Amino acid sequence: MSIRRLAAEQPEGFAFTSANLEWAEAQIKKYPEGRQASAVLSLLWRAQEQIGGWLPEPALRYVADMLDMAYIRVYELVTFYTMFNLAPVGRYYVQVCGTTPCMLRGAEDIKDTCRKFIGEKDRVNDDGMFSWTEVECLGACVNAPMAQINNYYYEDLTPEKFESLLKRLRAGKDVEPGPQDGRQTSAPAGGPNTLTDPELYANDPSGPEPGSAGTTVIATEAKRPASKREKRPR
Amino acid sequence: MPKLIINDVEHDVPDGITLIQACDLVGVEIARFCFHERLSIAGNCRMCLVEIAGMPKPVASCAMSVNDLRPGRDGTLPTIMTESPTAKKAREGTLEFLLINHPLDCPICDQGGECDLQDQTMAYGYDAGRFQDNKRAVEDKYLGPLIKTCMTRCIHCTRCVRFMTEVAGVDELGAIGRGEDTEITTYLEHGMRSNLSGNVVDLCPVGALTSKPYAYIARPWELDKTPSIDVMDALGSAIRVDARGREVLRILPRINDAINEEWISDKARHVCDGLRTQRLDQPYVRRNGKLEPASWDEAFGVIAEKLKGLDGARFAAIAGDLPAAEEMFALKQLAEQIGSPNIDCRQDGAKLDPGLGRATYLFNTTIAGIDNADAFLLIGTDPRVEAPLLNARIHTRWRKAEQRLPIGLIGTEADLTYGYDYLGAGPETLAEIADGSHAFVKTLKDVKHPMVIVGQAALARPDGAAVLALAAKAAKTIGALNSDWNGFNVLHDAAARVAGLDLGFVPGKKGLDVEAILDAAGKGDMDVIYLLGTDEIDMDRLGDAFVIYQGSHGDRGAHRADVILPGAAYTEKDGTYVNTEGRAQMTARAIFPPGDAREDWTILRALSAVLGKTLPFDSLQDLRARMYEAHPNLALLDFIEPSDAATITKLASKPAKTGMGHFDLRIEDYYFSNPVARASSIMVSLRAMHADGSEKATGTDG
Ligand code: SF4
Ligand code: FES
Ligand code: FES
Repeated sequence: MSIRRLAAEQPEGFAFTSANLEWAEAQIKKYPEGRQASAVLSLLWRAQEQIGGWLPEPALRYVADMLDMAYIRVYELVTFYTMFNLAPVGRYYVQVCGTTPCMLRGAEDIKDTCRKFIGEKDRVNDDGMFSWTEVECLGACVNAPMAQINNYYYEDLTPEKFESLLKRLRAGKDVEPGPQDGRQTSAPAGGPNTLTDPELYANDPSGPEPGSAGTTVIATEAKRPASKREKRPR
Repeated sequence: MPKLIINDVEHDVPDGITLIQACDLVGVEIARFCFHERLSIAGNCRMCLVEIAGMPKPVASCAMSVNDLRPGRDGTLPTIMTESPTAKKAREGTLEFLLINHPLDCPICDQGGECDLQDQTMAYGYDAGRFQDNKRAVEDKYLGPLIKTCMTRCIHCTRCVRFMTEVAGVDELGAIGRGEDTEITTYLEHGMRSNLSGNVVDLCPVGALTSKPYAYIARPWELDKTPSIDVMDALGSAIRVDARGREVLRILPRINDAINEEWISDKARHVCDGLRTQRLDQPYVRRNGKLEPASWDEAFGVIAEKLKGLDGARFAAIAGDLPAAEEMFALKQLAEQIGSPNIDCRQDGAKLDPGLGRATYLFNTTIAGIDNADAFLLIGTDPRVEAPLLNARIHTRWRKAEQRLPIGLIGTEADLTYGYDYLGAGPETLAEIADGSHAFVKTLKDVKHPMVIVGQAALARPDGAAVLALAAKAAKTIGALNSDWNGFNVLHDAAARVAGLDLGFVPGKKGLDVEAILDAAGKGDMDVIYLLGTDEIDMDRLGDAFVIYQGSHGDRGAHRADVILPGAAYTEKDGTYVNTEGRAQMTARAIFPPGDAREDWTILRALSAVLGKTLPFDSLQDLRARMYEAHPNLALLDFIEPSDAATITKLASKPAKTGMGHFDLRIEDYYFSNPVARASSIMVSLRAMHADGSEKATGTDG
């Protein structure tokens, strides 16, 4: 953790797109009269998405005005929550987990890769494609080490795999989120190794076929193609 | 009433209080940083840890209610130990942690000698720290011209944040970041704009927030401390004047629950540099159009010359906003001797008439009474500027209300820190309230204790008397006048005004009021005008009249004067002031007036002798004895004589023909509203900060 300040260079102003504005108004309506301020985190998050991963100062004021909050209250929030970025990030914003399980599994090497391939931590690289930072546990320890790039997790990394992944991103090629060593989500690396005896399921007609623990569903969900990802609102 | 055992002694304590308050009540001291009686509970410093029998860990006594304790298994009463080894160790540990990141720079810290951290470290700390690593450091913040910061010293008690939000009513300060990176600041470090911000300096238990104008001036033990009364507004807040030698170095609040609790406004606190500059320290006489220094004898001689054989009707006296009752009493007597009925203490032209009864010009509900009110009707007033602490009380009442408190404003819209309904601009709306036809009256159906607060802006108009009567009628209509509740209030903003009205310092038979005096002067019908600290009238209207100015500061009055008699400021004399509630209080002399300046009553007494109309008193005691005889309520120091509500009812039945238009803002320039404030460079810098439009962009205006 470090001291968080607003970026030195700020844009002129900020306003929600009409779609986001409509969405924001719906969010505000979820709360009873006089409690609109409760919507602040969702609105800030949407603002951050709209701008491309960070919150400029005019956006703080915009959201505060919308919710009738004092600016300082919003300022407190965005400096408290580290998921709000106060300075611009790269087109691909890489968050490397550095917490103990990931560290034990080689997060330091992943960070070195970032330093080599992207540059200094918390700086957008020259072509604006990348920036990286270190974060605390993202809850994917089973697949350590891991990194989050924009909205997706990339797991079971090695420096080589990670570098090739970054290269592919830079080249505009598709990358598959999820485990990078071919394993199925967080299942055991070499495939299922418990409850494999078909006998166990002999008398149970409800579940899927023995040994096929929901493969199809999970595989399509997790391995969403890259082209589709880009269409998400930013 | 829960019973508990505190340090082996059994006590009954009131319901609903916290352990720390219970201990305070029974005289057991508990160390604290974040807890403050008048603020919400934060429980974040952990200094107040105590041991409670049966609890696995020490407990923060400020965040635990006495009602939440359970008896022991064997039925023993809840038992609190504040001096047990566990409690002691917890305290010492907390303190050691707090000091880990503290710069330990007491020798260069202005808080030294009055610092909670310093005192508690002496009382409860280890003798040495064991921390070996690097300390953290925090960037200092800019918070405006009043507050100097040294943020590395901050222990994150959040008292300052809570004060600004809860009492001052503006979300100006906040804690940004988290954990050890927490920092106290305003939004992007704009200067604090609330006129109560100076209080955070008193609240800060360490030296993180100190007074900027007072930086490195003095140590507390060098100062002579004089309890006194503030005169910057008409509340009469209790202050302590700290002086060294011939200079007032700072002004601090004293506790007076009936008025200011323990806060004062920034003007009251920081006007003290104005007591040193622009002072009149010797008499002046205008010769050939130029004011020239003179001796007292010369000055009196010139006045005597002018007054010789003068028809009393061609003499007038006007008292300003700051004189004490004593000098007004003396001047009134002098005018009587001269044979002039033309005296007035309402330099603003407010149409208040002591003849209608005291209740018609007092804040009858009292300031503390605000806590019991359940609706407010503000008429021609912006209490936030006219009486900041009164406004803070209304804000507190509003914040604590379970439902939306009905508050209506007639006059000019302003940010009052609380929500209100804007009802209208002027007398027409007031008339609708008075006859009950306004929608606001209907919202007051279930209200038991409504308050009507009439500001001077509504009264200092040609139709002021009618507005006052109409306001009384409105009070009656909304049920503010009951046998057990007098909700009719006049809010004054001049410290001298109520005493002036009490003394009857208003035109006598066939006498002229301020307006008429100025008119007459313009037409050449007024030869001599005596201004007793009168600076807020339009000096150009005085025409060719011979003007005597008696006062402390070389301000508007002195510039116009033909003779200047230098008087004492409120910190330099024992003077009686009556606050807007009708509470007589006395200032005390902290220092002597500068140079040849004298206490004001002595000037009038000496002048009267030169004029051959010697006033019948030789000492302040003498004067007061006579004054008390004529106006007994002035003798009742710190007491409010119950006023007669019937006079308000009578006033309400008067026909009221009001004019049109709207009630203006009374004080346009808060930091420049009287001669002392205008002489203060701190007020000048505050004013400049407020005038700077860029600050506005932050939206936390005020
Ligand atoms: S600045 Fe002072 S009052 Fe404010 S949080 Fe820090 S220590 Fe407490
Ligand atoms: S430790 Fe890296 S995801 Fe949990
Ligand atoms: S005084 Fe109790 S936690 Fe601070």
